[in-house]
Amino acid sequence: MACIEARGLRKAFGTTIALDGLDLRVEEGRILGLIGPNGAGKTTALNAILGLTPYQGNLKVLGRDPWTERDQLVRDVCFIADVAVLPRWIRVSQALDYVAGVHPRFDRSKAEGFLAKTIIRRASKVKELSKGMVAQLHLALVMAIDAKLLVLDEPTLGLDILYRKQFYDSLLNDYFDRSRTIVVTTHQVEEVQHVLTDLMFINRGRIVFDCSMEEVESRYLEVMVNPEQVAAARALRPIHERQVFGRSILLFDRADRQQLAALGDVRTPGIADLFVAVMGHQAGEPQGAAR
Amino acid sequence: MNTQSNAVPEALDSQRVAPAAMAATRPMYWSVRRELWESRAIYIGPLAVAAAFLLGFLVSMIHLPARMRAVLALDPAKQRAAIEMPYEFAAGLIIATTFIVGIFYCLEALHSERRDRSILFWKSLPVSDLTTVLSKASIPLVILPLLTIVIMLVTQLIMLLLNTAVLRASGLSVAMLWTPSLFQMSLMLVYHVLAVHALWYAPIFGWLMLVSGWARRAALLWAILPPLAICVVEKIAFNTSHFANLLMYRFAGPEAFDMGSASMDPMATLAPVKFLSTPGLWTGLIVATAFLAAAVRIRRYRGPI
Repeated sequence: MACIEARGLRKAFGTTIALDGLDLRVEEGRILGLIGPNGAGKTTALNAILGLTPYQGNLKVLGRDPWTERDQLVRDVCFIADVAVLPRWIRVSQALDYVAGVHPRFDRSKAEGFLAKTIIRRASKVKELSKGMVAQLHLALVMAIDAKLLVLDEPTLGLDILYRKQFYDSLLNDYFDRSRTIVVTTHQVEEVQHVLTDLMFINRGRIVFDCSMEEVESRYLEVMVNPEQVAAARALRPIHERQVFGRSILLFDRADRQQLAALGDVRTPGIADLFVAVMGHQAGEPQGAAR
Repeated sequence: MNTQSNAVPEALDSQRVAPAAMAATRPMYWSVRRELWESRAIYIGPLAVAAAFLLGFLVSMIHLPARMRAVLALDPAKQRAAIEMPYEFAAGLIIATTFIVGIFYCLEALHSERRDRSILFWKSLPVSDLTTVLSKASIPLVILPLLTIVIMLVTQLIMLLLNTAVLRASGLSVAMLWTPSLFQMSLMLVYHVLAVHALWYAPIFGWLMLVSGWARRAALLWAILPPLAICVVEKIAFNTSHFANLLMYRFAGPEAFDMGSASMDPMATLAPVKFLSTPGLWTGLIVATAFLAAAVRIRRYRGPI
């Protein structure tokens, strides 16, 4: 059974179309990165998946309809909307008490264990914590819940690089196992590159790119072409070309590695570059950058 | 992680049983506690007022013996009134405080969670909108009335003990303090709080909660202006004031309480049968239920502001 399955998902706010017949399938045990420019429909899609907003079309999350069966669904689904949603007045100990009180799958000792690795004190109020500490607290609460699906919407927004790194490290090392599914949206794509198993690009309410990371690595190649061979490289029909320090970097889809190696240094492209290439390719015009 | 997954089947079994029991009561219990954590004015407000009153009362004890001698010269009915007056005043003060606290609590109840975006956190937990709204409604309809009664009775008891101690110390009789009428008055006040503040005013609190869940900003204005507008339009269009009278009736309380609110004649107005057979009580409760149902529905669609 797919963890998330959406077909023809539509949602409009007035005349603005946020989701335009979105199709999406996420299998169990995957870590999906949902990447898209601002206003592409990422948050709307996640809200639909979480049952926070009504929608048209077919959507099943863990076999349930999120809008009509939200109350049952939230037992198996966790989400971190962004770092700023923990109420500022709550104390750390109260947050633990409350989640332990209402969530049947919450393992308090686990959350205490995660918090013990931080400098967060039980008596502190959320408003007294730094942004990074709030994120640590939220992650500790969420990781202690034995959920099947974890949805992260810009979980590291506004955090410094140390906290961001630590956030994804804990997620991978202490939380993820093959039975759970994680969906994450972020603009800091380089940081999730090595975390993801699957990659999707969303634009104008549709999925425009859907690929596993293994496939990305085998399909896409980026070549820093030697100046004298640029014309030869262009003849191989790259999907994107950019200039860095006067040298051309060309991105190829399903090209022959041997052939490219003769033209310059070959490597796997970063998600950000792939994003720019795919978006430009799709729309025929430059879209908002991936960072 | 491995031990975790090994433990799953067993844990699932216990959870199969647990949710049924957990579904109803535990999220409700913790949600009410959460409200008390967040809005500490619920108990600090009336406690502070009671403490301030008791402080003033304590200072006034200096003049008590002289005043009591003057009171003793009055006829019995006036004696009783003079003695009971500060007790009624204390109760009225505490009741008024919790009423105001209740109003402001309701206006914030479904608004602040959207303003600070914490609604996204609350909605990430398995607590239904119904449980959340009911837990919030229980503050003005259950918690505040009970709190009012406890604080009121304790305040009156402290007053009585202070009075007794001072009168004893100055060699005066305490017989006229320890009469049934004082206890009857307290009992009346308890009944008044339960009947009027918990039941009769329910639609007022329901309306305020509905507005707090619906309005994007200025919930207080949205709570006051539409009813006011209806009154004005009705007056201009039909030169009648049915709606205004309806509101007045709601705020003033049923007739049984008009005469009984503060300076009551003890048992005569203690008429639960009459109160319970007032149609206004039941229509009010139906309207309150409708407002709360609408608030539950609205919260489902609402995200951060």
